[in-house]
Amino acid sequence: MNELRVTIYTPESMLSNPLKMLREMLRDLIDSRELAWRLMVRDLSAQYRQTLLGFLWAIILPLANTLVWIFLSRSGVVNLSDTPLPYPIYVFTGTMLWAILMDALNAPLQMVTASKDMLAKINFPRDALLLAGIYKTLVNSLIKIALLMIGLIALGIYPNWGILLFPIGLFSLILVGTVVGLALTPVGLLYTDVGKAIPLLMQFLMYLTPVVFAMPKEGLPAILFQLNPLTPLILTARDWLTGFTPEYLVYFISVNVISIILLFILWIIYRLAMPILIERMGS
Amino acid sequence: MEDTLIKVEGLSKKFCRSLKKSMWYGMQDIGSEILGRRHGLDGVLRQDEFWAVKDINFEIKRGECLGLIGHNGAGKTTLLRMLNGLIRPDQGRIEMRGKVGALIALGAGFNPILTGRENIYINASVLGMNKQYVDKKIDEIIDFAEIRDFINAPVQTYSSGMKVRLGFAVAAILIEPDILFLDEVLAVGDINFVIKCLNTVRDLSKNASVVFVSHNMQQVSMFCNRALVLEKGCVLADCANPSEGIDRYFELIKHTQHTSGTGKAEILSLELSVNNQLIKNTEPALVQGIEASAIISLRMNDFNYQANILLIVRDESLIPIMVFPLSHQNGETRYFLPGDHTLEIPLGNIDLNSGSYSFVVAVIDRDSKIVHARAEGLCAFRVTANSHFWGKIVRPVVAIDS
Repeated sequence: MNELRVTIYTPESMLSNPLKMLREMLRDLIDSRELAWRLMVRDLSAQYRQTLLGFLWAIILPLANTLVWIFLSRSGVVNLSDTPLPYPIYVFTGTMLWAILMDALNAPLQMVTASKDMLAKINFPRDALLLAGIYKTLVNSLIKIALLMIGLIALGIYPNWGILLFPIGLFSLILVGTVVGLALTPVGLLYTDVGKAIPLLMQFLMYLTPVVFAMPKEGLPAILFQLNPLTPLILTARDWLTGFTPEYLVYFISVNVISIILLFILWIIYRLAMPILIERMGS
Repeated sequence: MEDTLIKVEGLSKKFCRSLKKSMWYGMQDIGSEILGRRHGLDGVLRQDEFWAVKDINFEIKRGECLGLIGHNGAGKTTLLRMLNGLIRPDQGRIEMRGKVGALIALGAGFNPILTGRENIYINASVLGMNKQYVDKKIDEIIDFAEIRDFINAPVQTYSSGMKVRLGFAVAAILIEPDILFLDEVLAVGDINFVIKCLNTVRDLSKNASVVFVSHNMQQVSMFCNRALVLEKGCVLADCANPSEGIDRYFELIKHTQHTSGTGKAEILSLELSVNNQLIKNTEPALVQGIEASAIISLRMNDFNYQANILLIVRDESLIPIMVFPLSHQNGETRYFLPGDHTLEIPLGNIDLNSGSYSFVVAVIDRDSKIVHARAEGLCAFRVTANSHFWGKIVRPVVAIDS
C-alpha cells in the first residue's frame, strides 16, 4: 500500500514547529492557486453578469470623484495649490490609483466575510481567499489602468520609458493595500466595527495623501504628507505613469520592503487566527 | 494499528454561551496563539464557557463505520468539525491517515448567479479537485444530479431539491476518501434520490473509515458497525453493537406529556398491563412481541354525548405507528354517561421495533369533531430486542423450510 498522508490535530501552537508550519504554508499556497483562480472568475463573472455597465463600474466612481474635485477647484470653493500636472489629470490619476489601493485593502476582509459559510463547513486552504482577493484586485486594476491610459492619451499626456516601471508601482499599491487589509482581517471578522470604520478612516487618510491635493510645501500638513507611507506610493506610481521622474524613490523602496516582511508575518497570523475565528463564527 | 485510520484521544472542546465574551475570548486566543502558547488554556474554563465535547476516545479501522448518535447539541457536529480540521481541539489529539472526504454542507459556495456547470467546477476546486479530473467526471455528475436540462441555467433558478442533488453529486462523485464524514446528508431530497444516495454512500464507505452522524436510527443500524452515544458532550456509551447504542439513545428520549381540549372530558391515566398485571414503574421496558393491554381512565364532566375515543402509539420522533379504532360492541359510537370510566383495551402483541414509544389518547365528539380531551406522551414505554430492525413493525420470526 502506498504511503498515506498523516493528519494530526492537537492544541499545540502551530508556531511550536516553525519548519513544519512553513512547509504547510508553502504547500497550501501551491494548492490554493487553482481554487483562487476559480473564486476570482466566479466573483468577477457574477459581479459583471448582474450589471448593464459591466466593467465601466471600475472607473465610474473614481471618475465621479475626479469631476467633483475639478468642479470644486474651478468654482473656487476650495483653494488648491498648484500641481505639477494639469489639475484634472492630477486628480484623475490620483483617485484611480487610490481606488486600486482601496480595492486591495478591502479585499481580504470582504473575501473572508463573504465566504463565512464555506469556511465554517469545508476544509480548504484558507490562503486561497487571500490569493483570490489579490487576483480580483489585479484584474479590476488592469481595467482601470487601461481606461486611465486611454484617458491620459486623450488629454495629451504621453508616457515615456517610465511606463515600463509602472507595474512596480501598481504592485506596490496592491501589496500595501493587502498588508493593511490583512492586518485588519482577524479583528474585523470578530468585530464588525472594523469594517464600518475603514471607509471613514481611509477617506480621512486620502486627504493626507497627494491624491487630490498637491504636496503642501510647509507647516504641519507638509510633515504629515511627508511621513504618510502612502505618499511615496501614489506619487511614484503617478510619476511613472505620466512621465515624471519620481522624487521619493528611497522612501518608496523602504515602504515596499517593510510591506513584504509584514505581509509574510500577517499571513502567518491569519493562518493562526482562522481556526479560532471559524469557531467563533459558528456554522 | 496497521489499518487504524482515525485515532482520537482525550478530545475536548469548549464553547462560550455569551456572544460578547466569545468575541473577546477569540481575541485573547489569537493573542496567545501568536505568542506560541498551547490552545485551550490547559482545560481551564473561563466565565460562561462550557465543554461542548469532553474527553472523547475512539479508533476506527478501515472498513468500519462509527455512528455518532445523540440529541441536538450533544456535540456530534462539533466533534465532526474537529475531525474535519475546521476548528482546533482544546485538549487531546486526533490522528488520521489517508485522504479525508466529507459529505457535509453540500453546495456550500454555490454562486446563485452562475450556471450549474460553472458551479460544479467551483465546488470541485473548493474540494481540492483540478479541472482535468472534473472534465472527466462532469457527465457522471450531471446525470447523477438529474439536471441535464438545467445545467446551463443559473443556480438561482433551481428548486431546492435540485440544488441539494447537485451539491451531493459533486461531492459524492469526485471524492475517493480513505476517511469519510457524513453529517445528516441523507435527510434531504425525495425518496428516490435518498435511495440513490444511500447506495453511493455505501460504495464510498466500503474501503474507508466512516464517521456517520444521523438522527435516523434505521440508517445508523444499517450502516454502522459501532455506535457512540453522546450526551452533553460526553460519551454516554461506546457500543460494539449499534442496536445497543440505539437502545441507549432511546432511553434518553423524554416523551413530554401534554394535554388539551375543551375540558368536558379528562383523561385521568393510561397504564399498561401484561398478563393481567399492571405495570407500575415509569417508562417500562417491554420485550418485543409480548402481549399487552392498555387501561385508560376517563372522566366525563358534562352532559352525555357520543364520543370517539382515539388511541394511538407514537414513536420517538412522534410519528404515529399504530392506531386502535374503538367502538361500542354493536359497532356504534360509544355513548358515555357523566362520571369516571375505565376501559381495558387489548393491544395484542407489541411487535414494534426496538425503540421508545408513547400513547396519544383523545376524546372527540362524534358529530362536531370537537376535541374534548387530548393527552399526548402518555405512558412512555420502551420495546427491547436483541437487534434493531429496519422497519417499524417486527413480525415474529418466520422459519423457512429448506
